[in-house]
Amino acid sequence: MSRHAFEDKFFRIFKVVSIIGFVIVTGFPLVYMIALSFKPISSLLRNPANPFPTWDEISLLSYREVLTPLEQGGAGFLVFMHNSLILSAATVVIVLLLGVLGGYAAGRLKFPGRGGINFLIIVVYLFPGILIAVPMFIFLTQAGLRPSLTGAVIVYVAIALPLALFVLRNYLESIPEEIDDAARIDGASRLQIIRFVTVPLAMPALAAVAIYVFISIWDEFLFALLILIDRRDLWTVTLGIRQLNDLNGSPETVLMAGCVVITLPVVAAFAFAQKFLVDGLASGGVKE
Amino acid sequence: MAFLIVLPIGWNLAIAVQRVSLLDLRTMNIFNPFEIEFTLRNFTRVTGRSDFWPLVMRTFAYATLGAGLATLVGLWAALAMRRPFLGRSLVRALIFVPYVVPLIAATFLWRTILAPQYGSVNAWLTELFGTSRVDFLGARSFTLEMFGMSLNLPMALSMVILFEAWRYFPFAYLFIVARLQAVPESLEEAAILDGATVSQRFRYVVLPELRGVLVLVFLIRFMSSFNDFSNIYLLTGGSAGTQVVSVQMYEWLVGRGDPGASAALALVLAAVLAVTITLYFRVAMRRRASS
Repeated sequence: MSRHAFEDKFFRIFKVVSIIGFVIVTGFPLVYMIALSFKPISSLLRNPANPFPTWDEISLLSYREVLTPLEQGGAGFLVFMHNSLILSAATVVIVLLLGVLGGYAAGRLKFPGRGGINFLIIVVYLFPGILIAVPMFIFLTQAGLRPSLTGAVIVYVAIALPLALFVLRNYLESIPEEIDDAARIDGASRLQIIRFVTVPLAMPALAAVAIYVFISIWDEFLFALLILIDRRDLWTVTLGIRQLNDLNGSPETVLMAGCVVITLPVVAAFAFAQKFLVDGLASGGVKE
Repeated sequence: MAFLIVLPIGWNLAIAVQRVSLLDLRTMNIFNPFEIEFTLRNFTRVTGRSDFWPLVMRTFAYATLGAGLATLVGLWAALAMRRPFLGRSLVRALIFVPYVVPLIAATFLWRTILAPQYGSVNAWLTELFGTSRVDFLGARSFTLEMFGMSLNLPMALSMVILFEAWRYFPFAYLFIVARLQAVPESLEEAAILDGATVSQRFRYVVLPELRGVLVLVFLIRFMSSFNDFSNIYLLTGGSAGTQVVSVQMYEWLVGRGDPGASAALALVLAAVLAVTITLYFRVAMRRRASS
C-alpha cells in the first residue's frame, strides 16, 4: 500500500474514532448527571457501577428536595436562582450600556491618548479578576456593600467590561464610518447615531457579549464567595450547590439534581443564541 | 473603566505595602493610602516561605499543561469535524457542553464520578481490573509501572489539569474553527494536485495558517489558568499537592485575615505573568524579524 492510500485510510478511520470519542467525552458526563438526578440514592449505593435508574426507580424526590424552600426543610434553590438571575441580568444591561458607549468612543472618536486607551483595554483583558479581589473586598467592606447584591454587581461589571469593550470596539471598527457620516448629514446627533445606527448594526456582537456575560456571571464563584457568603438569602446558585455538599452533606443524587436545575437556564440561553455567539465572538475577537 | 480597574490595582499596591488586618479594614482610609507606615514585610513574608518556589512552579505547570492540552484537543476536534458528516450539527452542539455547563456543576460532576466510595469510575475499574479504590482528587501521587520502570506521577494535579483541558477545549475549538473557515480552499486543492498526503497537507498548508490563532488561544488560556482560583478550589480545595498561587491568596485573605500578604502575593503573581508575556513577545518578535 502506498503512503498516500495508507494515510487516506488511516485518517478516515481516525476521524470517525475521534468523533465518537468527543461525543462520549462531552455527552456522557451530561447523561450521567441527568441519570443520577432521577435515581434514588439507595440504589446508587447498592451498585455504584450503574448510574442509570430502572424504569420503576425513576423518582423526582431529589428535585423536590432541591427546590423546596428553606423554611420547609428543602435547599431553597428558587431563591438562589432568583438572586443569580438578578445579578446576571443587571450586569448584562450595565455592561452592554457602558460597552457600547465606551467601545464607540474608543473606536470612533479622535482624542489625545486614544492609542493608549486601546492598549489599556487589551492589557486589562489579559489580567483576569483575581488581581482586583483584595482591593474590591476592602472597598466593598468600607462602603458597607458587603454583603449585598449591589456590591456584587459592581464587581461583576468591573470583571466583564474589559472583554465587552474589546469585542465591541473591534466589531464597531468593521462597520464603515461612512454610515455614521451619512446619518450625521441627515442631522442625527452623536447619541442618535449610536442608538439608531450603531446598535442595530452591532446586534450580533451585542448578543454574543450578552450571552457570554450572562453565562460567566451565572457561573461566578470567587466573588460570590467573598461578597455574599455572610447572608444566606443573597446566595447565588454556585454558593447554593456548595452548601448542599459541604454543609448539608446531601447525597450525590440531590447534588446532581441541583446541578441539572442550575444548568438548564444556561443551556436555554446558549441554545437560543449559539449562532450569535459563534459569529459575534469570532468576528470581534480574532482579527488577523 | 479607569475607576473600576486601574484604581483597584493601585489600591492593591497600597495595601501590599502596609500592615493591615481584616479588623483594620473598616477604619482604614483607602482614598489616602499613604498616610500609614510603608513596609515591604508583606512581600518578604509571602516570598520567604519555603514553599514559595514550588508554589510558583506548580502554578506554571498547571497553566502551561492545562492551556496546552486544551489548545491541542481543540485543534484535534476542529480538524476532525471540518468536513460535513451525518449529525455534525448535533455533535457541534455537544462539543460546547463542557464549556457551557456552570463551573460548579462541572466540578461536582467530576467529583461525583471520580469519588472513591460510590463513584462510578472506581466501580468500573474494580469490576474490570480488580484494582483497589483510587482517590483521584485526594491522593497526592500515584506510581505508574511501565516497561519495568516505575514512575511517580502527581495524581490530583494531573486530574485538575485534565479537567482544565476538558472544560476549555471547546473554547479553543471555537476560535480555531472560525480561523479554519478562512483557510482558502484553493491552497489545499493545489497541494492535492501536487500529490501531498493528508499529513503533509496539514503540516505544510493548514498548520502555518493556524499558527496565529493557536498562539492566541494558548496565551488567553495560559493567563486565565495562571490566575484561576475556582476550578482548583472547587475540585480539591487546594489540597493533595494542587495549591496554586491564587488559592494561597484566598487562604491569606480569608483563612488568616491578612489582606496585606494576599495583595502582595497578587502583585508577585502579576509580575511573574507580565515577565512571561514580555519574554514571549520578545522571542516572537525576534523570530518574525529573522524569518
